[in-house]
Amino acid sequence: MEIAVISGKGGTGKSSISAAFASEHDKIVLADCDVDAANLYIIFEPEITEKSSFIGAQKAEIDYSKCTNCGTCIDYCRFDAIKFDNGKVVINEIFCDGCKLCSRICPENAISMIDNAENLLLSGNFRHGKMVYGRLAPGEENSGRLVNLVRDKAKKIAEQNNIETIIIDGPPGIGCPVISTITGVDHVVVVTEPSLSGMHDLKRTLELTNSFNLKTWVIINKFDLNSEFSDKIVEYCNHEGIDVLAKLPYDKQIVDAMVNCKSITEYLPDAEIVKIIKIALNKIINF
Amino acid sequence: MEGKILTDKSLKIAIASGKGGTGKTLISTSMFYAIQEKYENSVLLDCDAEEPNSLLFFDASLKESLKVVQKVPVIDTDKCVYCGKCHDYCEYNAIFIIPPSRIIKVIEELCHGCGACSVACEYDAIIEKDTEVGRVNLFVTDNGMNLVEARMKSGVMSPVPVIKAAHKSTSDKDIVIMDSPPGTSCPFIQTVVEADYVILVTEPTPFGLSDLKQSVNTLKTMHKQYGVVINRAGLGDTKVYDYLKSENIELLAEIPFDKEIAILYSTGKIVAAHDDNLKALFMKIFESIYNSYGNSGNQR
Repeated sequence: MEIAVISGKGGTGKSSISAAFASEHDKIVLADCDVDAANLYIIFEPEITEKSSFIGAQKAEIDYSKCTNCGTCIDYCRFDAIKFDNGKVVINEIFCDGCKLCSRICPENAISMIDNAENLLLSGNFRHGKMVYGRLAPGEENSGRLVNLVRDKAKKIAEQNNIETIIIDGPPGIGCPVISTITGVDHVVVVTEPSLSGMHDLKRTLELTNSFNLKTWVIINKFDLNSEFSDKIVEYCNHEGIDVLAKLPYDKQIVDAMVNCKSITEYLPDAEIVKIIKIALNKIINF
Repeated sequence: MEGKILTDKSLKIAIASGKGGTGKTLISTSMFYAIQEKYENSVLLDCDAEEPNSLLFFDASLKESLKVVQKVPVIDTDKCVYCGKCHDYCEYNAIFIIPPSRIIKVIEELCHGCGACSVACEYDAIIEKDTEVGRVNLFVTDNGMNLVEARMKSGVMSPVPVIKAAHKSTSDKDIVIMDSPPGTSCPFIQTVVEADYVILVTEPTPFGLSDLKQSVNTLKTMHKQYGVVINRAGLGDTKVYDYLKSENIELLAEIPFDKEIAILYSTGKIVAAHDDNLKALFMKIFESIYNSYGNSGNQR
């Protein structure tokens, strides 16, 4: 069973909740799919047993010994990545999308595609089972692909080790890495917070999970910071037929747990918030 | 407008952070609020096209909504000979083909609109249609504040085309304050590439520090100027301060953790409009950046 924890808005407490979920069982696969900003390794300090790298998108490069500055490539490039600069054709690497069209149409064969930065896929053991995470090279584009690799690896490890539950910590937003994170999972948990921004982003996120027909649950984190908005969120979810899985109180101890490299479950096993999280996870698993 | 000064320099500042929820929007809305009274021809540009929410903080009316489109191929199966060349040219696996069964399909969600398939096709079987990927919405408030948001359509993979279009729509402005998407991948890059200066917002926690390092590494490869604001100072630990010191990165300001600020913000209030100290702080940060990094010889 794959359970993905996401949130449209960043900083709602997604990773802390994923970490707490992962600490509830001693046989779990934890997949950190927030490949832009993977963080759970900080808490769980996994012992890495396998590391592989893969090349992301390619970038176009001009061989100036062949280039005649004819500008044909400029006309074909749809990403505004090629321009004349002081009479010379120049590629802007940041805008290059790696579509390869310029290299295909260049009459002088002066453009080739070169490999861009290396992304990493890491996996190993941690104190509650197995962990997989990705590390996107700075500025890299292919985050959806890396998310897919992390998920595939997590599924393979789960199968090999006879582990039933995979907890996925997802990225913020609603774009390609999020779509890759939730496609085909069994449950999506959306973590939100009671604010105007939180509510706006929650609606956009639920629109996405709805369009993918996924079993979706909502957790309102720090619900007591603004009970008026919490009530509005509950009302909205009821109206949309989405289950509010839990309401978690604001607890400064969550930050203290993080600073101590522990999940809240490990740091304060008897805390009220831990009990609520436990009930929430069981509700999903027994659904 | 009376009381405002005509800027002799232009400046684009991006407010960014690797980690989400560190206070980017709080700072960008407040900084813009603080400076727009004084600086003419300024705009707040929300580049977080996946989850744009700067506009929630202003009472503004929509002035113009620009549709952002991308080209996607349409295959004319009467002309198609199922040679597969378009599939070979497509770097995004957006064309699915089984020649023996005469099946060919465009997977629009994967298409980046590069046009390679049209070039590939020798049988004139591919035409392109426009598909909407989002909007650039231009707003103005009663007292003349300019606000622009990039808003990606739900279900679309990449916000990049919408962010690019949003940048173009503000090219006539002298001062642009940009609210950046989180992370360090393409949406972030497309936002900060236009910036003269980047303010990285972080919080003093292990997660905040880890993501800050990632952002700094990315900005270094882009040769960008940047400084750091620590939000929720007083929470967590002090490792982020050690990092800034060891990397010689400028600490622009610290904003203490304050429940009052959190409550103001959660109800959609611009914090600087209710807190004079913070308003003055944001003005000061802006002006020191403006003086050092503004582009003089303003051609706009």
